Amino acid sequence: MNWMRTWAMARKEFIHIFRDPRSLGMGIAIPMIMLILFGYALTLDVDNVPMVIWDQNRSQASREFISHFLGSRYFSLQAFVDNYREVKQAIDSRRALVSLIIPPDFAGCLASGRPTPVQLIVDGSDSNTATIAMGYAEVITMTFSQDIALKEIQRKGGQVVANPIDLQPRVWFNADLESRNYIIPGLIAVIMMVIAALMTSLTVAREWEQGTMEQLISTPVKAQELILGKLFPYFMIGLFDVLLAVLMGEFLFHVPLRGNVALIFAQAAIFLIGTLSLGLLISIVTKSQLLASQLAMVATFLPAFLLSGFAYPIRSMPQVLQWITYLIPAKYFVTLLKGIYLKGVGPRVLMVEGIFLAVFGLIMFVLANKKFKKKLT
Amino acid sequence: MDQDNNGKAVVVKDLERHFGSFIAVNRVSFEVGKGEIFGFLGPNGAGKSTTIRILCGILAPSGGSGTVAGFDISKEAEKIKIHIGYMSQKFSLYEDLTVEENINFYSGIYTISEKKKKERKEWVLRMAGLLDHRNSRTALLSGGWKQRLALGCAILHEPPIIFLDEPTSGVDPISRRQFWDLIYELSGKGVTVFVTTHYMDEAEYCDRIGLIYRGELIALGTPDVLKTELMQEDVLECLCTQPHEAMEAIEKISGVREVALFGRGIHMVVEDADRAIGAIKQTLASRGFKIFRIEKIIPSLEDVFVSLIEDRERVEQPQQEVRK
Repeated sequence: MNWMRTWAMARKEFIHIFRDPRSLGMGIAIPMIMLILFGYALTLDVDNVPMVIWDQNRSQASREFISHFLGSRYFSLQAFVDNYREVKQAIDSRRALVSLIIPPDFAGCLASGRPTPVQLIVDGSDSNTATIAMGYAEVITMTFSQDIALKEIQRKGGQVVANPIDLQPRVWFNADLESRNYIIPGLIAVIMMVIAALMTSLTVAREWEQGTMEQLISTPVKAQELILGKLFPYFMIGLFDVLLAVLMGEFLFHVPLRGNVALIFAQAAIFLIGTLSLGLLISIVTKSQLLASQLAMVATFLPAFLLSGFAYPIRSMPQVLQWITYLIPAKYFVTLLKGIYLKGVGPRVLMVEGIFLAVFGLIMFVLANKKFKKKLT
Repeated sequence: MDQDNNGKAVVVKDLERHFGSFIAVNRVSFEVGKGEIFGFLGPNGAGKSTTIRILCGILAPSGGSGTVAGFDISKEAEKIKIHIGYMSQKFSLYEDLTVEENINFYSGIYTISEKKKKERKEWVLRMAGLLDHRNSRTALLSGGWKQRLALGCAILHEPPIIFLDEPTSGVDPISRRQFWDLIYELSGKGVTVFVTTHYMDEAEYCDRIGLIYRGELIALGTPDVLKTELMQEDVLECLCTQPHEAMEAIEKISGVREVALFGRGIHMVVEDADRAIGAIKQTLASRGFKIFRIEKIIPSLEDVFVSLIEDRERVEQPQQEVRK
C-alpha cells in the first residue's frame, strides 16, 4: 500500500469529476433535485380531500352535520350539487374524490331517534386516499352522533353526562404526525444509496472502455491503491451531499433534528464506504458503463425504496420479504437516520444497525479488491 | 535489472495463448538481448499485441514460459511491471487531463521522488515538444504529440525495457521519423526496446526482427540476414518499354512466381535468377519489348515477408486438405 500512488489516483479522479459537468451534476445536483421532488411530492398525509355535497334535506340539522365536515382540514368543499347526475360527473372528472349525500328525511329521522342513513360515495381508484378519507368521514360522523346521543341522554336524565371513556392520544417523536418528518430522513438514506452506487459504477468501466485501464494495469499500481484512490473523491462528494441534505432538512423542510449531527456524519461515512464500494464492484465486474449504471440502479433504487422501511413498514411485509430486508444496507441507514432525527437516540441504541452497516461496507470493499484483476481477459 | 539473465532482457519459450478455440500465439520462442531494438512484425491479427501484453504481465499465457527483466511472466507479473514501460496500441492517456496533469499522474503512479519529479517532467515535455503546451487538454493534441507524450509517460521511471505496441500507427511520416530518433536515443542509453509494427520500413531500423504470422514466429534475425539468407527465391528488377504490357507476358513464364510494377520498372520473384533472366529476355524480345536492364537485386524486407508467408501457405494448404 503506497500513499503516493493512492493520492495520485484520487487527484486524477477529482480532476475527472470537476472537469465533467455531467458527473458533477450527477454527484451533487441530482440528489438535491431528488430530495426536493420527493420531499414535497411524496407526502403520505391526506388532507383537503375534494368533496361535493348533495344536501336533499336543507335543514338546520343537515347544515350542522355538514359544518362538521367543512370545519376539518381533511375535506374541502368543491360544490353543493342538486342531483345524482352531478355527483357522478364530479367523481368521474376527478373534481371530487368524495361525495356526501344527505337524504330528504335526515332531520326527521334524527328527531324521532331512528337510525339515520347518510351516503358517502368514494372514488376507489385511489384506494389509499379512499380508505383514509373514509376513516375521516367515519370519525366525523361518529362524533356527531355521539354528541346527539349525549344530548338526548342529558335531556332525558336532566344532568350532564361525560363520555364514558376519553382516549387522549399522544404521539411521540412526531407529534403532528407530519409524514414529511419521517420521510425526509429516510429519503436522505435512499438517495445516498442510489447516487453513491451510481457514481462509482461508472469509474472503472469507463477506464476499460476508453482503454486507459490497459496502460494503468501495466504499472506497479496495486488493486487496493486504485480502489481507495477512486473511492476517496466520491466519498468526499457523498459527505458533501449529506451536508446539503441535512441543511435542506433543517431550513427547507423544517424536520426536527433531535440527535447528534456528528453521529449522522459518522454513520453516513460508514454507509458511503459500503455503497461506493458496491458501485465499484459492479463497475469492476461488468466493465461496461451502460451495464454498470443500469445494474447499480436496479441493485440500489428498488430495494432501498421498497424494502428499507423508508416508506412502507417492514412489519407488514410477507415473512420472506422481511428476511430479505436484512440484506438491504439502506434499511439500517434509514433506521439510523430516523432514530437520530426523530428520536434523538445515540450510538448505544443504534449500535446493531451501525455494526450491520460496517460489516456491509467491509464485505463490499474486500469484494471489490478481490474482483479487480490487473489482467486482460 | 535485478537479475542477470545472460544479458537477455526477454526470454520466451513455447509461448502460447488461446482465446477459446482460437490460437492467438502458437509456441513462440525467442530472446531479446539487453539494449537491443527488437522489432516484432506481422500483419494485423497475427498475435503481435497478444505477445506484447503477455510480456508486460497484463495477459496470462496459456502455455509456455518466459522471463522479462529476469522475472517469470506467469508468476512475477507485478515485479515485471516495475521494470518496464508499456505503450499500448490505442492512445491511453486521459484526454480530459492536461499534458502536465497526465505526467503528474504517472509520476505518482511510478512513485518518482519529489526531487526527480520536476526534472523528469521537463525531460518529457522537451522530448515531446510540448513545453509550450503543458496546460493543453490532451484531447486537443495532434497524433504525433499524443504518441510522444504517451511514450514519455510510459518511461517516466526510466525502465530498462520498454514495450511499444504499434507506436507509430496513424502518425504522419515526420512524426514517425522523430519517434524513431527517440527510440535510437533510448537504445543508445542501454534501454531495450521491443516494438511491434506492420510498417516494413520501420522494420529496417531494428537490430533484430521476428516475423509473426497467424500466431507463429516464422522468421527471426537481423534485417540483413533475413534479406540475404532466408528467401529461397530470387528477386529481379527489369526496366523495359511498356512495362504494363510486358508484365502480362512475364507472368506466363514458368518459374516466375510473382510480378509487380515497382516505380518505372517491374519486380519479379523467381525460382532461379539465371534461368529466369534468360527466359524473360527471350520472351520479351520475341514480342517486341525493348529491355534496358534486367538484374538480380537484394530483396526488400517486404519481398522477403511476402515470400515467406506464401511459402507457408503453400505448405499449409495441402495439409489442411488432407485433414478434411
